[in-house]
Amino acid sequence: MIAFFEDVIIQTVCRILTPFIQLYGLYVIAHGHYSPGGGFQGGVILGASFILLCLAYDIREVKRRMTEQWNLLFCSIGVIIYSGIGALCLVLGGEYLDYSRLHKILFLDPIEARSMGIFGIEVGVGITVMAVMISIFLNLASEGEHERELE
Amino acid sequence: MKRIALIAVCLIGALLIYGTLDMPDWGDPRSPASLHVSPRYIEKTVEETAVPNMVTSVLADYRGYDTLGETTVIFTAGIACLLLIRRFY
Repeated sequence: MIAFFEDVIIQTVCRILTPFIQLYGLYVIAHGHYSPGGGFQGGVILGASFILLCLAYDIREVKRRMTEQWNLLFCSIGVIIYSGIGALCLVLGGEYLDYSRLHKILFLDPIEARSMGIFGIEVGVGITVMAVMISIFLNLASEGEHERELE
Repeated sequence: MKRIALIAVCLIGALLIYGTLDMPDWGDPRSPASLHVSPRYIEKTVEETAVPNMVTSVLADYRGYDTLGETTVIFTAGIACLLLIRRFY
């Protein structure tokens, strides 16, 4: 159970650092084509920024920024993006997850379309990993009783 | 009973170690995987996917099904954790 613990220095530093951590997470996802990184790593960094807020403040602060409903929605949205892109390739006349077929709707040549398809699924992976990290941490930290923190 | 289990574990472990002796050496350039699969990815990645980072192209394009499975595993882990621990009043 994470109780409210007030410390001006820790809270200020964490509050100021959080947007930079999230920006770095987005960079790791978006720059996975050129440098080490990708959906899994960037998603974990994004999730860690929320976990840091939870450690510095309390669960209420995290749930104010990311409610449980949105979190569960993000869990599913990532997987839907991934499998949706795969199914879209199927609809466009290729094989499942054959991204080169996306050139018909992206107006790029097939090679560039494959690059864009990879980026799309990395985004999906990142969203799912972020939401699952937050969900697991909140459930374990509060022993499944978020409501008690809100009282 | 415990002794039988121990003997069985040791026996199967010895068999598995014996099996690994036939595998190619670590980093052997003449192993089957290095002869066909790896050069294909190394030579064709930029040409076929326009992604300079080979790891990303293998992870997300050539082995796309694998990554889809990994994402689903993470999703399932989150949902299972929620169902087991979360208390709904």
